[in-house]
Amino acid sequence: MLKIADKTFASRLFTGTGKFSNSLVMTEAILASGSELVTMALKRVDLNEQQDNILGPLIENNLNLLPNTSGARNADEAIYAAQLAREALGTHFVKIEIHPDPKYLLPDPIETLKACETLSKMGFAVLPYIHADPVLCKRLEEVGVAAVMPLGSPIGSNLGLRTKEFIQIIIEQSSVPVVVDAGIGSPSDAALAMEIGADAVLVNSAIAVARDPVEMAIAFKEAVIAGRRAYTAGLGARSLQAKASSPLTAFLDD
Amino acid sequence: MSFLERFNQINWDELKMSIHSKTAADVQHALNSSRLTHDQFLALISPAAEPYLEAMAQKSMALTRQRFGNTLQLFIPLYLSNKCTNICTYCGFSLGNKIRRKTLKMEELDQEVAAIKKMGFDHILLVTGEAPGTVGVEYIKSVLERIRPHFSHISIEVQPLDQADYETLMTAGLDAVLVYQETYNRSAYKEYHLRGSKMDFDYRLETSDRLGKAGIDKIGVGALIGLEDWRTDSAMAAAHLDYLEKTYWRTRYSISFPRLRPCEGEFQPVSVISDRQLVQLICAYRLFKPEAELSLSTRESAKFRDNVLPLGITTMSAYSSTHPGGYADDNILGNEDLEQFSIDDNRRPEVVAKAIQERGLEPVWKDWSPCFNH
Repeated sequence: MLKIADKTFASRLFTGTGKFSNSLVMTEAILASGSELVTMALKRVDLNEQQDNILGPLIENNLNLLPNTSGARNADEAIYAAQLAREALGTHFVKIEIHPDPKYLLPDPIETLKACETLSKMGFAVLPYIHADPVLCKRLEEVGVAAVMPLGSPIGSNLGLRTKEFIQIIIEQSSVPVVVDAGIGSPSDAALAMEIGADAVLVNSAIAVARDPVEMAIAFKEAVIAGRRAYTAGLGARSLQAKASSPLTAFLDD
Repeated sequence: MSFLERFNQINWDELKMSIHSKTAADVQHALNSSRLTHDQFLALISPAAEPYLEAMAQKSMALTRQRFGNTLQLFIPLYLSNKCTNICTYCGFSLGNKIRRKTLKMEELDQEVAAIKKMGFDHILLVTGEAPGTVGVEYIKSVLERIRPHFSHISIEVQPLDQADYETLMTAGLDAVLVYQETYNRSAYKEYHLRGSKMDFDYRLETSDRLGKAGIDKIGVGALIGLEDWRTDSAMAAAHLDYLEKTYWRTRYSISFPRLRPCEGEFQPVSVISDRQLVQLICAYRLFKPEAELSLSTRESAKFRDNVLPLGITTMSAYSSTHPGGYADDNILGNEDLEQFSIDDNRRPEVVAKAIQERGLEPVWKDWSPCFNH
């Protein structure tokens, strides 16, 4: 079981609520994915309205909410948004997204670190969305984040694990769970992230924008399970070369 | 450094010639690229691209869905005043036109807001003519403060202001500013704008620089299609956007493509863009800037809007009234003696929302939070 802050999760697939064609498809896809932690943009939901077409179905199905601060451009805005979310939704989980660049939505490491430090002190379980920067991950760990969420490639790009080597370093060094977020475009990308030892993945666009989001949600669910199993089973080393002969050292056997 | 310096180096006629000299090979090259240069944008709006419209539309739709998902944002304009001290020969609010002038009082504003909220809108665009004596910064500021609690996102389309004024309005709750150059052809601009502060081409052109420096969240740019050759004007607008994006990289951008329609006065468009060409332009913008908001107004017909909305549009107005006080009477079609231009798609918001759903998209009413503006 995966544990983040005070919560445990049987599923290592986290999902999101954006980009779906309607709330019915969204709900069906999330339920089919088996996901137990679902992120949603604070700016999209009406916090005063439990009947909100994103919030309503999530609450109804007892899913753990992971409100995110998408839209915030600096630490102050993210901190303010996180407090609003905690008050209205009754969860201390928050995903910090601070991207001052509206084009590639790449995270600002400096503002993110500031926000995470403040929010962790205030008792939040903070999950920051960050570039796959191993040093930043250690710094975030030191200020008390609950997990780190390095990107595979830019949000919504479906480009897969372009940062694979750096994510491997992060996984190797991290003492908090590593959730690969952003860029995961296909179930094979998710499986790969799990095979190299990620604790979980977060997938939204690839499910929401698929021709059949529900079927795609199931595909991701199975890929994440397979990838995790392969990781715990221990992958054999890869090599193109056959290991039969030892031309350089065979003389020792003579 | 502002866009003005760069603009002054662009020669209108050379740009126009460059667009018209594009070949099928240029278009294919642009279609095969993932990040387009301004020169490739020129190929896509050129006559040479016309046979490639379907391929452009396919790519445009795919890029839009990937970036924005299966959603479409709705907003409504609120006309605060039709008072205007400018003479612009193409506009219904122009000083010389004998229309009834009206500026909303605060109580009337409350009634408009109540009517708009009842329809479900949460993003609003405030519009005025240019009459700084009546609808100056102070008036706009008091409107913003009064309506801020009722909306998640507030934009304005008013006269160009100084940077300090924008900063004041941002403190009062302003999220976005739309300011269209109308035409980027300096000499044509002079012929259309005969009186008032709007005659100052350069001040208007530098407005988005002032907004960028003020740190506004979103800027809307564009040209009014019909005043000059639409291809050259669009190429200028695209160059403007390209500059802004690189210079003020924290700001979001939206583009619209208003086509001139019949209005009070005798003005007829100089350059006519066909439906087919407008679709070409929309797709070209999408391929050029996958992240930009592309907005389509109720100037366009219901049929055109319904067919175009999945192809690249991200933002639409609905049930717009272009006369001050139009929503509280629930009489958007009446009072033609007050309006700026007549609208074509006058379907009620819930009907537009249904049409969006029928195209497989989710109508989004709220996608911003005032907590990102403080």
